[in-house]
Amino acid sequence: MIRFDSVSKEYAGGTTAVKDFSLIAPTGSITVLVGSSGCGKTTLLRMVNRMVDPTSGSVFIDDTDVSLRNPVELRRSIGYVMQSGGLLPHKTVGDNIATVAKLRGVAKAQRAIRVRELMAMVGLEPELATRYPAQLSGGQQQRVGVARALFIDPNILLMDEPFGAVDPVVRAELQQELLAIQKRLAKTVLFVTHDIDEAFLLGDQVVILESGGHVVQKGTPAEIMANPASDFVEAFIGANRGKRSLHLSGEDNTIVVDGAGRVAGRLDSGR
Amino acid sequence: MSLLAQAWQWLIDAQQYSGDGSIPIRLLEHLCFTFAALGLATLIAIPLGYFIGHTGRGALWVVGITGAARALPSFGLMLLLVLVLGVSARLWAAILALVILAIPPLIAGAYAGIQQIPRATIDAARAQGMTEWQILFHVEVPLSMPLVFGGLRGATLQVVATVTLVAYVGLGGLGYEIIQGIPLRRFDQTIGTAIVIVALALVLDALLAFATKLSVPKGVSAGRLADVRAKDAG
Amino acid sequence: MDWFFDNIGLVLSLSLDHIRLSAIPIVVSFFVAVPLGWVAHRYAWSKPLVLTTVGLLYTIPSLALFMLIPALLGISVLSEINVVIALSVYAVAIMVRTAADAFASIDPAFLRSATALGYSESGRHYAVELPLAGPVLLAGIRVVSVSTVSLVTVGVLVGVPSLGFFFTDGFQRRIIPEVMTGVVMTLVIALLFDLLLVLAGRLILPWARIAEREHKQAIS
Repeated sequence: MIRFDSVSKEYAGGTTAVKDFSLIAPTGSITVLVGSSGCGKTTLLRMVNRMVDPTSGSVFIDDTDVSLRNPVELRRSIGYVMQSGGLLPHKTVGDNIATVAKLRGVAKAQRAIRVRELMAMVGLEPELATRYPAQLSGGQQQRVGVARALFIDPNILLMDEPFGAVDPVVRAELQQELLAIQKRLAKTVLFVTHDIDEAFLLGDQVVILESGGHVVQKGTPAEIMANPASDFVEAFIGANRGKRSLHLSGEDNTIVVDGAGRVAGRLDSGR
Repeated sequence: MSLLAQAWQWLIDAQQYSGDGSIPIRLLEHLCFTFAALGLATLIAIPLGYFIGHTGRGALWVVGITGAARALPSFGLMLLLVLVLGVSARLWAAILALVILAIPPLIAGAYAGIQQIPRATIDAARAQGMTEWQILFHVEVPLSMPLVFGGLRGATLQVVATVTLVAYVGLGGLGYEIIQGIPLRRFDQTIGTAIVIVALALVLDALLAFATKLSVPKGVSAGRLADVRAKDAG
Repeated sequence: MDWFFDNIGLVLSLSLDHIRLSAIPIVVSFFVAVPLGWVAHRYAWSKPLVLTTVGLLYTIPSLALFMLIPALLGISVLSEINVVIALSVYAVAIMVRTAADAFASIDPAFLRSATALGYSESGRHYAVELPLAGPVLLAGIRVVSVSTVSLVTVGVLVGVPSLGFFFTDGFQRRIIPEVMTGVVMTLVIALLFDLLLVLAGRLILPWARIAEREHKQAIS
């Protein structure tokens, strides 16, 4: 479990990235922090592995204050996936996945086995292990990033807009793969995105943020959709332009149409 | 006979290749000075350049120092140091002058080498749990190698050129034959030696250019050739 | 310092010589290297040839160049023209690469829109390409200027007096202030040239300054 306890982050020069933020991200579920650029969501994420230290307040992992832990050792126990880059260009895919294990002296054979396992889990062909990141597509590179994050089987996964830099088709694939992995492994995932649809798809708990890390609404996707807490939330989830209010239409009432009259889908009678 | 022909005659004369003032000896002296200065300068400049690149502290100094170094007349610096430290210490004074000239391009190379690494790569390495030293040795050093060698190439150029001038204070090196030969109007000697100097400079530069190319990490050059990869094949 | 004031006449006269000897290569390099660099950029097949050649020229130590140029051109070794030609060769060598890079750095979109507006190729070159390459060209000339001012001093070894005279004369007579004067005045002239170039840049390329100011604001 990850617990934020009244954390704030102020930078020299007066910018406040986060003000008095509190949240519990429950164990074994995906918590999504969603908001526009500058709302502090990445800052909050990076407080968990001490890439950023709060100016006040504390972050707890399973009731241990992270500031009491050695940063290097803490980061090695947490999986971190970033948006792009982040892979070492001069190392092979296999070496990238096993980066820290190699530094810690884990035996080559052991590493190779684990790398194969993880590549299979994220959907990468084993031959890619000897390639270099630059020879992979964007989607493949992100899968490598996820594999790397899962190497030591951490309890916690931090994901910072990991699918933002790939095209929509690949993004959809990666999202589904993440859900599949989560079903198997049940990690505690803290996921940051600016895309509300992604948040609704992946999040067990969705936290909508405004600037300064101010929580505008949090809850399950269904709760938020049913009762948006403010005009801001309505606008943010696209409810104000009728995108989210659907009704049936057409012959036999099988066509689903949104508030603006756009055809949104077809009623699935089997569900 | 044209000057060039005279020089050629001088060059192929076997007399030039034996004895104290012979071409091979001068060449050896020249190389010794060059490598001594470059070696010392590297020991000082590379760690310093890496420190500035990794921590970001003192970055403004790098720009200032490289600019100032280019403006400093190397000949004058060397003569000044010899006078200040005493003619009996002229060997060390000359080497000191050479080291001072070689340091700025080396620092610039190491600093730029680290700076051109995308910040995201270093950030990710840190977030994976690498210690600062591990980041330096496993990420920054390998990825900075081409630019470090580029800096070394520039420094070598400077040093080889300035070593031609150390003969003026009575030390050896290939420049001796030129500086001694001018007042004697022995232009066959001076031009012949100039040809040897040019050959030396070109060979060293070519070697370093090759080394620079070799130093590009495999994964980085692989990326540049990978235009054939399918765009986002998943 | 006493030495400086005692010999101020000589200092000034040699400084003027130094300025004269430095200025010619710098000017020559601009008018020779910029077209050469443009050709290397425009005709891609020529680029490796041009750049390798100037790269090789740049590698040659100045003293060696002072010997080779007379051998190749049949002029006297101990002459001003020798030094000026040699330093011009250097200056061009440095500047060609910069010029090629400068033209390569222009976003092709600018050139296409100029053509669409009706500029001829040469009109476009002078009205669009050159100005846009300006800031980089200016930076290159500043490097050339500093290097040239420094290298003129070596000319004293082939009998061409400049501030380098204070090096050799001061060394032989063991007068430290004299050598110091030579070094300091060389730096002063280098600085002067640099300020002049920056000023010229501000006058000829006023928009570059505005862009620079905005850039500084944006990153602060």
